[in-house]
Amino acid sequence: MDGEIELRVDGRRRRLRVDTRTTLLDALRDGVGALAPKKGCDHGQCGACTVLLDGRRAITCLALAVAHDGAEVTTAEGLADGERLHPVQEAFLERDALQCGFCTPGQVCSAVGVLDELAAGHPSAVTADLTGPVEATDDEVRERMSGNLCRCGAYVGIVAAVRDGAR
Amino acid sequence: MPFDYRRAPDPESAVAAATGWSGVAFLAGGTNLVDHLKLGLVAPDVLVDISRLPLDAVDELPDGGLRVGATVRNTDLAAHPVVRRDYPVLARAVLSGASGQIRNLATTGGNLLQRTRCVYFQDITTPCNKREPGTGCSAIGGYTRHHAILGASAHCVATHPSDMAVAMAALDAQVAVLGEGGRRVVPLVELHRLPGDEPHRDTVLSPADLITWVDLPPLPPGTRSLYRKVRDRASFAFALVSVAAVLRVERGVVRDVRIALGGVAHKPWRARRAEDVLRGERTGEEVFRRAIDAELAGAAPLAGNGFKVPLTRNLVVSALRELSRGER
Ligand SMILES: Cc1cc2nc3c(=O)[nH]c(=O)nc-3n(C[C@H](O)[C@H](O)[C@H](O)COP(=O)(O)OP(=O)(O)OC[C@H]3O[C@@H](n4cnc5c(N)ncnc54)[C@H](O)[C@@H]3O)c2cc1C
Ligand code: SF4
Ligand code: FES
Ligand code: FES
Repeated sequence: MDGEIELRVDGRRRRLRVDTRTTLLDALRDGVGALAPKKGCDHGQCGACTVLLDGRRAITCLALAVAHDGAEVTTAEGLADGERLHPVQEAFLERDALQCGFCTPGQVCSAVGVLDELAAGHPSAVTADLTGPVEATDDEVRERMSGNLCRCGAYVGIVAAVRDGAR
Repeated sequence: MPFDYRRAPDPESAVAAATGWSGVAFLAGGTNLVDHLKLGLVAPDVLVDISRLPLDAVDELPDGGLRVGATVRNTDLAAHPVVRRDYPVLARAVLSGASGQIRNLATTGGNLLQRTRCVYFQDITTPCNKREPGTGCSAIGGYTRHHAILGASAHCVATHPSDMAVAMAALDAQVAVLGEGGRRVVPLVELHRLPGDEPHRDTVLSPADLITWVDLPPLPPGTRSLYRKVRDRASFAFALVSVAAVLRVERGVVRDVRIALGGVAHKPWRARRAEDVLRGERTGEEVFRRAIDAELAGAAPLAGNGFKVPLTRNLVVSALRELSRGER
């Protein structure tokens, strides 16, 4: 069974027909041609498919496209303004926060989400005082980024890049 | 298999759309259900999307409690100022589950009704009484590191994976359900079942029953609470064992205590025996040990999870120690 949906992807309006079974990830990659979000595990376990969905970081491999009709999606590609990179993307380059780069689009989108959550004062599982202010310490960043795995083990650089982004 | 997709405009139409069908499922965040569609564990004919229902608010109740809507995202629940201030056990339990980008999708109702992570349940090539009644349990005699030590049966030894549900069990939460017969309230501790000889039934709900919200009773002033979770890696992993504890001590004497355990049973496990030992006693290491030992007297560990017995004991004792620290 098919459904007609409309998405706004990286600022561009896209209408597409999708089978009801299509995930948002497949709709983005195969329907829209937005190839920044990657299919790592397809089961929610790696974070490679992370985008900003209606402004918040979200995995797309366990989201059905039909359920997100009308959504605003920002992929890692859309974070940049043409050749001008987003400060978080700059920080990833600066800090050598990648090797093969497969996990990077998901890491970058997740990092932007983490910085928003920190700015909003959201606590994490490692925050000592749930009602106090939060800071982008190494522990906080590691905990908040734990949904993004990196097979190349670029974690040291990733943590540093996210901390840079918080400054 | 293809399925039909409908978006419900209000709770009543969601229930009506689901009534009378066996092959219907409610879709909330999809983070568990869509995985199960892919793995072939379920094959519904119709998905009724409830993710946009107007049940996404956390409201303060006149009695001082809190009403948590069924479609409140896990992130918003944990970030809510009243939850952080008054129900730290709940905020911490939610924050210890899954990842930030999953909690932004996952809902209250879906979190409660997520299904076991038993590896055999998730693998359609292996026998499993929960997935296919009567085929047998592959876990018994198999890989049981994540399985139950309390309340299991000869038919199923699975554990319930939710962290949030464990905190809600300790908080005596009440689950509001809208079904074919109208509205009813199910205490959270009675929502999930023990497996018995019907392990395919996780909960007491019928397929057309919609969870609409969860009420949290107020906690008296002076009550402390916490959530502790032990897992195989520091973050983004399900609990091996977890404890949600709520304690109120007056002049060194336990006035109120509620302990719920995760990762040990087919449901969030209220440690009533331990609570009975503690109530009215003076706090201290010895009574903490005696209490959890009374609870664990009924434990029946499997070949692969004997470690859960001492782990649970140590975890509960350390939780009670921390909650009673500084109380005289
Ligand atoms: C990689 C990974 C790691 C995870 N780690 C953890 C963890 O450490 N701790 C933890 O607790 N959880 C963990 N989770 C599970 C996650 O918390 C659940 O998948 C999520 O909470 C389910 O919510 P949902 O809204 O996406 O549910 P859905 O997938 O939409 O639904 C789940 C089930 O609930 C039913 N349902 C949903 N809402 C209602 C309602 N209102 N009324 C009646 N039925 C309803 C659906 O029909 C379905 O059967 C993890 C998940 C993943 C993918
Ligand atoms: S423990 Fe339960 S869920 Fe796991 S294989 Fe046995 S019957 Fe299935
Ligand atoms: S591809 Fe979505 S989390 Fe791995
Ligand atoms: S850079 Fe290769 S997986 Fe992360």
